[in-house]
Amino acid sequence: MICHPRSGRASHGFTSAVENPALEQETTTDEELDLPWHVVVHNDPINLMSYVTMVFQKVLGFSRDKAEKHMLEVHQKGRSVVWSGVRERGELYVQQLHGYLLLATLERSH
Amino acid sequence: MEIRRQGQSLVISELDPFLAELLRQIPESTRTDGIDAAEARIFTLPADAKETELCAEWKLYVEPELRRIFETATETVTADLAQLNGKAKPFANCSLRIPIAHADAWLSALNQARLTIAAKYGFTDGELCDHYRSPLGSRRDLGLFQVNFYGFLQEFILQETQGT
Repeated sequence: MICHPRSGRASHGFTSAVENPALEQETTTDEELDLPWHVVVHNDPINLMSYVTMVFQKVLGFSRDKAEKHMLEVHQKGRSVVWSGVRERGELYVQQLHGYLLLATLERSH
Repeated sequence: MEIRRQGQSLVISELDPFLAELLRQIPESTRTDGIDAAEARIFTLPADAKETELCAEWKLYVEPELRRIFETATETVTADLAQLNGKAKPFANCSLRIPIAHADAWLSALNQARLTIAAKYGFTDGELCDHYRSPLGSRRDLGLFQVNFYGFLQEFILQETQGT
């Protein structure tokens, strides 16, 4: 649980909330705590560049240009973050990428 | 060997007995039984091993589904390859017709086979990039040839099915 101090808001000249700002406890869901996770695709010497490009287009809905950009990043830098967001959706993408035999992992953002 | 698109099929013709045999070996080559490195590559962890809960759930729920997907693809390819078991004379060239609708299954099976063979023999990056390596002096050399031949087929299937 994370507590956030929230200041009140003055309106129509009444300032009580400003003078006595209330500290509200705000609960944070597990999903919010998880934000964001990264889906990372790693280089491997077997998967063809054209195949990886096709998979990015199919699974992640990338345009051809964007798919090629990420494919080249994987090829040249060894890895590429292809998606960021909530864990559940990230897991689904990793599952789909594994279904195409790409080396993909889910990583917490730091 | 000739390979071309013909309507809703990909046709590989003038297949000599050696290449036909390599095609017949695709399903067998996808089997990871007893090859730990291949099993580990085909069924990689979804996250760092420190994410114990995620990895454990993956093993329990996702991996069986992935196995089913891979097996289904291999079964489709096996059925297509039955064309090569005709009554043609031994050593005669033959043909294989792959329906475009089976393209994804072929891409998957070829990839499974390539990854499994590469893991089995532990090919280096240098070996995998050496497309002019010959002759075939050992089972390992043959494995490398298989990886490259199956990769060539993948490239062709991708080229002919993009945009269809």
